[in-house]
Amino acid sequence: MKFMFLAMLAALFMTSFASAQATSVQEVLQSQRELIEKSSRRTIGPAIDAISESGLPQMQTVLEAWQSKNMWQRKEDGLFFLGAKNEDGTYALSDFEDGAAVGDFEKKALKQLKPNSGIRAMIATALVQFQLSDPDPRKRAEALSSISRDPEAALLAPLRASIDGEKHTVIKARKVRLERLMTMAYDENITARVAAIDEMAGDLGVDFRATLNPILTTTAVFSEADETPDANIARELIPGDEALSRVAAYDRLVAAELAPTLITKDMRDAALEANIDGGRVGSWPVAQLSTEGARDEAYDALVAEGLADPRVTEDDVSESLAAYRFYEAYTEPSVDVTTAAKAALAKSEARVAVSQAADLGLDALSLASIYFLAAIGLAITFGVMGVINMAHGEFIMMGAYTGYVVQLFIPNHTASILVAVPLAFAVTFAAGVLLERLVIRWLYHRPLETLLATFGVSIALQQLAKNIFGTQARPLTAPSWLDGAWMINDVVSISYIRIAIFILALIFLALFLFIMKRTRLGLETRAVTQNPRMAASMGINPDRVNMLTFGLGSGIAGIAGVAIGLFAKVTSEMGGDYIVQSFMTVVVGGVGNIWGTLAGAAMIGGFQKGVEWLNPSNTLAAQTYMIIFIIIFIQFRPRGIIALKGRAAGD
Amino acid sequence: MKRTTALATALTLGAALPAFAADCTIKVGVLHSLSGTMAISETTLKDTMEMLVEQQNASGGVIGCDLEAIVVDPASDWPLFAEKARELLTVHEVDVIFGNWTSVSRKSVLPVIEELNGLLFYPVQYEGEESSKNVFYTGAAPNQQAIPATDYFLDELGIEKFALLGTDYVYPRTTNNILEAYLQEKGIAEEDIFVNYTPFGHSDWSKIVSDVVALGADGKKVGVISTINGDANIGFYKELAAAGISADDIPVVAFSVGEEELSGLDTSNLVGHLAAWNYFQSAETDANAEWIEAWKARMGEERVTNDPMEAHYIGFNMWVNAVTAAGSAEVDAVRTAMYGQEFPNLTGGTAVMLPNHHLAKPVLIGEITEDGQFDIISQTEEVPGDAWTDFLPESAKLVSDWKELGCGMYNTETKTCVQTLSNY
Amino acid sequence: MERSFIARNPSVLVFLAILALFTLVVTVFAEGFGVGLISTSFVKTLGKTLCLCLIAVAMDLIWGYAGILSLGHFAFFGLGGYMVGMWLMYERTKQIVESSLSEGILPPTPEEIEAAIGNQIFGVVGSNEFPVIWAFADSFVLQMAFVVLVPGLLALVFGWLAFRSRVTGVYLSILTQAMTLGLSLYLFQNASGLRGNNGLSGLQNLPGVTAPQSVVSLWFFWASALALGVGYLLVAWVVSGKFGSVIRGIRDNEARVRFLGYSVESYKLAVFTLTACIAGIAGALYYPQAGIINPAEVAPIASIYLAVWVAIGGRGRLYGAVIGTAFVSLVSSWFTGGQAPNVNLGFYTIKWVDWWLILLGLSFVLVTLYAPKGMGGLVDLITRKKGSDI
Repeated sequence: MKFMFLAMLAALFMTSFASAQATSVQEVLQSQRELIEKSSRRTIGPAIDAISESGLPQMQTVLEAWQSKNMWQRKEDGLFFLGAKNEDGTYALSDFEDGAAVGDFEKKALKQLKPNSGIRAMIATALVQFQLSDPDPRKRAEALSSISRDPEAALLAPLRASIDGEKHTVIKARKVRLERLMTMAYDENITARVAAIDEMAGDLGVDFRATLNPILTTTAVFSEADETPDANIARELIPGDEALSRVAAYDRLVAAELAPTLITKDMRDAALEANIDGGRVGSWPVAQLSTEGARDEAYDALVAEGLADPRVTEDDVSESLAAYRFYEAYTEPSVDVTTAAKAALAKSEARVAVSQAADLGLDALSLASIYFLAAIGLAITFGVMGVINMAHGEFIMMGAYTGYVVQLFIPNHTASILVAVPLAFAVTFAAGVLLERLVIRWLYHRPLETLLATFGVSIALQQLAKNIFGTQARPLTAPSWLDGAWMINDVVSISYIRIAIFILALIFLALFLFIMKRTRLGLETRAVTQNPRMAASMGINPDRVNMLTFGLGSGIAGIAGVAIGLFAKVTSEMGGDYIVQSFMTVVVGGVGNIWGTLAGAAMIGGFQKGVEWLNPSNTLAAQTYMIIFIIIFIQFRPRGIIALKGRAAGD
Repeated sequence: MKRTTALATALTLGAALPAFAADCTIKVGVLHSLSGTMAISETTLKDTMEMLVEQQNASGGVIGCDLEAIVVDPASDWPLFAEKARELLTVHEVDVIFGNWTSVSRKSVLPVIEELNGLLFYPVQYEGEESSKNVFYTGAAPNQQAIPATDYFLDELGIEKFALLGTDYVYPRTTNNILEAYLQEKGIAEEDIFVNYTPFGHSDWSKIVSDVVALGADGKKVGVISTINGDANIGFYKELAAAGISADDIPVVAFSVGEEELSGLDTSNLVGHLAAWNYFQSAETDANAEWIEAWKARMGEERVTNDPMEAHYIGFNMWVNAVTAAGSAEVDAVRTAMYGQEFPNLTGGTAVMLPNHHLAKPVLIGEITEDGQFDIISQTEEVPGDAWTDFLPESAKLVSDWKELGCGMYNTETKTCVQTLSNY
Repeated sequence: MERSFIARNPSVLVFLAILALFTLVVTVFAEGFGVGLISTSFVKTLGKTLCLCLIAVAMDLIWGYAGILSLGHFAFFGLGGYMVGMWLMYERTKQIVESSLSEGILPPTPEEIEAAIGNQIFGVVGSNEFPVIWAFADSFVLQMAFVVLVPGLLALVFGWLAFRSRVTGVYLSILTQAMTLGLSLYLFQNASGLRGNNGLSGLQNLPGVTAPQSVVSLWFFWASALALGVGYLLVAWVVSGKFGSVIRGIRDNEARVRFLGYSVESYKLAVFTLTACIAGIAGALYYPQAGIINPAEVAPIASIYLAVWVAIGGRGRLYGAVIGTAFVSLVSSWFTGGQAPNVNLGFYTIKWVDWWLILLGLSFVLVTLYAPKGMGGLVDLITRKKGSDI
């Protein structure tokens, strides 16, 4: 590749001459036809070189067309053309040379060239030199992205040359940063490299660390004990340390044929098998070789007879190891650069650790807000009214499906979400009221049976959703302004959709507090909860209050469903994913207190992320430990984090 | 409708061949979940089988007999798979079973099939490390999907650091073990392989995605090999898109994401990410065009085809040819006739049934496109399926050859057959 | 004592008689006996249903009599299955491995056999090291003891913690649900050493037994019938004595029983542990008939279904639990098995596979609302007496 670019630069200067002797685009392409057809990153290099070196004015177009899969080959003669799809399904081909239309062709007569993304990256690199000063800022940005993906020494010079003329401030900043990074890695002047490293020391960017880490890669070397190897030594390793076990060190010597191989069990057994003679190995009958000890002894007997290689003892190993010293050496020859890089990286690492903790905190906060959102409806129905509603998860699902159905009718995502949220509330509110009227109100004095009856409702609703929408997950797409993430720096970031959920959770918290503390419904709900008969005698209609409260809790679950569907999935089984967690959240937090639910969600979210951080390779373990933790927690605080006191705490 | 077609066929046959048809129905068991969590994937295969049987009957059945599909529903309940398999073999007395999706359901069925000497065609990519005398594996073994995809990552994309993300069950576990061994053999250091397992249906992916991004900090190109299963993919891809990770920065190749799974997603942010299969709907052959047309005519315009469907298509046709060759549907005769059976793939080329009960099939790699399909960017020659992987020391020494050695688990070192029943 | 107990509870005798008759009929008509009117797979289904009836009896004891709605009893059922599965799997694999290794040139060492068994069992899930919890898998006696001990111990610890902190009512239900969810998540992990999602399979093949499945299935059927009979008798005896009166007292008014000087927690703990042990035995008999056990078996939904069966059958009467379980699980498998005819309404065809769960869910709501006595209430109508406990 490097040669290619040197050659390419040379070609750049010679463009004016070259064009005089230029052949046609088609000729260049045909000369590389085999490689282009083969389309493998490993072999494509010369073809890209040939095109970019041809010096033809059309080569940028050719490369761009190829890169965007718009280059087509006509099957009958193998010629390459620029293709565009017509409305009737045929393809209009045009010549690369002058853009002249060649005609319309059936798809069957053509073959589309599909460079894979590895090849596309190489084409992008070849295009960089044209695009760095392209009038289109998007192309300049693309060129920068492709340099940062595959930085190469040869690109440093054109990049530097393009900085001065850059007017776009954002792109200019990127160019400058990229130039600094490439200076660290590729500048020929050591002082310039060290200066660049020192200048950016402590930077948080992944690109910065990605530049320094390769400078600090080490290889294992060893030398005889009284010599020092001729290398940029990172550190010496003592065999038996954590970094280098004795076995590993010895294996290195064996690999370099400086020490005899250890006799493994397989080798021992192979030697025994090779020496079986008339059902015996030496004096040992084969049938007796059914223990490790017997086999060892038999082998030793073979060694004594000279029929097998002697074992390498621990002493032999020690002796061999003592004769050599083991080192880690930097592949980068310059000590100044490695020292500076190490210092700069150490400075970064400390900041990265802080940022990572912050990122984890954000993740935990986000998870907590999702749990809170899923549980807030329950906090009303279970927490305030004391009704166990196992169909709560299905209300979440109903909300999500409402969002999906709305999107079927309103394709604009922003508008559809604005419609879906109130509609989801309405649908689940109605469902909640229906459930309360038909089932729950008959069971207010039998909480266990409410649990079972609502479970029946839950399986019925789940199956109903399956019958209507099928088992396949349904898409619920967030509006494009919720796409992407808020990148605080390269380490700390959080997606906008999660921020939206967080804000939604806060809104609901406020709404809940407002309704409970400031409205008549809230007052009546609290009154009915505390003493239904007394409330009734004060002129409150407990039936109506219960109905509305339950509807409210269900309605909020519906809105939560829309939010959850946006960031995860919409399936008939999604309710089940949240129901147990939601109950845990409410129970751990303390029933009957919204702050408790908040604390419960925060604790569960935080704990789960904490375990994930400790054991990043197994998320399942985090969930398991969370459940165990909750079980134990409830043993010690059966009434939750924030326990109600007094009469309200009664069963 | 279905019934009338079958009836009409039977009548026509009955009129034409009064000697046969009346008493020689060949029964084809279909053992796919129609309810429960796996119904999402398996119902499609049940429909595929019914379509294949109907097509076959319309073209005159097999050896002069009509085929009859016996459909049972194991309801995504693994023990129920064994029960239903026994019911198919003993009560309905089927001659062949097409069925199963998950490995655990296959393991549940194995002892029953082997005890009663049944014949099962298993159509899904799986983790290998198994070869039963009574099962033909028409899906991909690891060396027909995972290994070529990893090669593609290494050679074509120049990936130097791997994140192996999977759902915590046997297929990802074993596949990732094989891949870890393979990558190390290819010179990728152990610390450059990040492994993570998540539960089924996982939805909170932010931490894992940021872990993957952080892998790029040492300047190596990072790629993700995903064995994430089912619904969990939706949250995963949404999080990837939100984090702004393009396929050019960190490409993701998935082994369990096909056309069906993508239909639950808006793919506009996922363009360029990859999947490896033996079949994509976008394959441009006449046979495939015909197949898709028949499928859509039967099931509806919006339906897609996928890899396990092709596996059933090949498996069923091979079985039909084997029955014809053997002149009977009797299990042992059919099994012997299966070896060496050839049938054209829907993607071009020819699939061959090997003596280890696996197929030789081409491996395709596709990039996700805006319309939820895959753009095929790489297609290999036929790769022979390997029951026992060469990259794990314990299974490297095992081979399966039911034709010559009569053993599915033959130890080439000790030259003995470890067991003739399979390991379940 | 025993005589008077039976005399006081004629329904127990009736139940045992029916069970014995049923066993006899199934045996006579089973395939293993040569008649073949009842297929082997149906014998297995019936045997499994008997095991489910046994755990339902245990569930009835803890819920119907002691008033504790446990939504976690399938955890104990599953643990029992896992314990028996470990031995079955280990022993079967050992025989295969030994016969294969003995064909080698050198006779195998114990270490080689152990390693080969490990590789056989765990190679499937990508590991070949033997987890610690398999330490006693080679001992039949110990593993069989674990069938009772492990669920019992888990119940003892969990129950002690829960009852000690006075967790009651719906809280306890949710907590037991959390327990079974935690167990199932734990078992799902490969690190649990029980083969993760794959679970233990091939359990229907008894090591060293060459008899065909048609016969083995009958053995298990008999064992299940025997276990159900003994379990029923035991539970009936427990609830008929003073102990039974106390736990019913706890169900009806816990505080009052406590003030009478009874240690409510000990009673609850005893019932909880006893039912867990019964559930473990039921599981140990169930899974060799099912052939495979995996973590999905102990998912919370299974335990909820258990409550559904008991509720539909009628709580607080043991035969109700048995009737409910047998009826719902058999009807369930009939509807979902594709045998039930579809109902064509002209504009829409009702496929039972799709609509059965909705029917079950709604009937469950209706039973809770309008027929709290469940199907057992029908018996009252017939015998024209008010609901009694047995």
